[in-house]
Amino acid sequence: MLYTLLCYNKEDVVWSWSKEEDDAVMNRLNVVHEKLVKEGKLGPALRLLPTTTATTLRAPDMVIDGPFAETKEQLLGFYVIDVADLDAALAVARELSAANPTSVYEIRPIALYVPEARENAPKDRVKAY
Amino acid sequence: MIHDPAWIDSTLTAARPQAVSALLRYFRDMDTAEEAYQEACLRALRNWPRNGPPRDPVAWLILVGRNAALDRTRRQSRDVALPPDDVISDLNDAEAPLVDRLDESHYRDDVLRLLFICCHPELPATQQIALALRIVSGLSVPQIARAFLVSDAAMEQRITRAKARIAKADVPFETPDAVERNERLAAVGTMIYLLFNEGYTAGNEPARASLCDEAIRLARLLLRLFPVEPEIMGLTALMLLQQSRLPARFDHAGDAILLEDQDRSLWNRKLINEGLALLDKAMRHNQPGPYQVQAAIAATHARAASFAETDWAAIDALYAALERMQPSPVVTLNRAVAIAKLHGPEAGLGMIAPLEKALSSYFHYFGARGAFLLQLGRTAEARADFDRAISLAGTPAQAAHIRQHLDRLIQDAK
Repeated sequence: MLYTLLCYNKEDVVWSWSKEEDDAVMNRLNVVHEKLVKEGKLGPALRLLPTTTATTLRAPDMVIDGPFAETKEQLLGFYVIDVADLDAALAVARELSAANPTSVYEIRPIALYVPEARENAPKDRVKAY
Repeated sequence: MIHDPAWIDSTLTAARPQAVSALLRYFRDMDTAEEAYQEACLRALRNWPRNGPPRDPVAWLILVGRNAALDRTRRQSRDVALPPDDVISDLNDAEAPLVDRLDESHYRDDVLRLLFICCHPELPATQQIALALRIVSGLSVPQIARAFLVSDAAMEQRITRAKARIAKADVPFETPDAVERNERLAAVGTMIYLLFNEGYTAGNEPARASLCDEAIRLARLLLRLFPVEPEIMGLTALMLLQQSRLPARFDHAGDAILLEDQDRSLWNRKLINEGLALLDKAMRHNQPGPYQVQAAIAATHARAASFAETDWAAIDALYAALERMQPSPVVTLNRAVAIAKLHGPEAGLGMIAPLEKALSSYFHYFGARGAFLLQLGRTAEARADFDRAISLAGTPAQAAHIRQHLDRLIQDAK
């Protein structure tokens, strides 16, 4: 089974960490990452930029600054896209929104992207389930 | 994790601006608000390791701080004490009514007011910054004194005087209207950028360089509270992009390395990406302002893989836009550097010639003119300008920067 683990914390605290504090946490996490890589368990991993960098698309023509802040909806999925800038990311989100109009898309830039580490990661994993 | 004093420490640091500003609204007196927060922190240090962290540390600190201050006055009037803070917890729903839930909009004007109080126009810029560091950021007087290279006693006196002055300032506690709010935001933005520059120009001295981090922290806070202001996005982006170069700005001896000579692989990509993302957001609003334009200039440098690949035409156009928004000889001087890259040093020299009178005591003017003259092979004049620049340098880092030009001159002469 593929799982995603979503990490939550207080961002004003985390983004106030000194470089040393941040490095210390990342080093501890890296020990776990390396173990998971050896065990062939780790897919892509990423760290997001703070919510201040987020933009939310509520409908194809409704763009709001800031993160998705409602509590009525739940996180149901996410995409990682590789585009030039926010406008290009919004264009992709508009296409998705047109295809799936009731969904809201929060566009959040990625601070750190660790690519797929499993050597023989099946390309057709979705079909397997 | 909660037993880790570093975790509690960074939580208290992050909570301070919101908590102190809410306590200030409640007590309408700076000293009482600060003492109440201090007391709340002491109780947090005692209680959190024992009882676990509250879900909302800011609300906990405000409530406990408020009770502590009220308790003191009640004791003085022999009234009944409030419940001990041991029982205050937002982890248990039965106690939820105890916790005064504050929404973002409340925090927003509270924090803005607290920052704005520090920007009192009668206070000189350095005192505004010192006050903000003491009251909003919670730095100790010795920490601030180190950052400003003065004695603890001198800084203590400066802050006491500044506090006395703002106590009389009488900033209204009503929710500000849109115009008033924009004015406060602009003043606070200026103060935050001053704070950043205080650290940035200081060079690589850790106590002062940390002021940059503090400025960025305050800007991120402001951005969370005012998420749709393009100039606040621009200001934050500008500082992030400038700060991203920190690991490359100084050599092992602590001397400044010019932008053109910096090892760009050392630039902090995380800060660059955050800055670029914020600039993208700001530009979507189509309300350009000076911070956004300056951030766009910094972004142009950040995007160039090497100095040689810098898009000088873009930089020229951006400085031209900045000249229209904020006409100033300093902006024209910066534009001339881009013009010289595009059209040669002669063009740059022509552009800055009319500025000599206005910038006769400006370090960068003689540094830039010296560099143009040097490129034109007019070495004697260049040397004279570099000497003049060194005599006008405000910091050892600035002087070292020019000395590099001189060293090159001497090397080339050999």
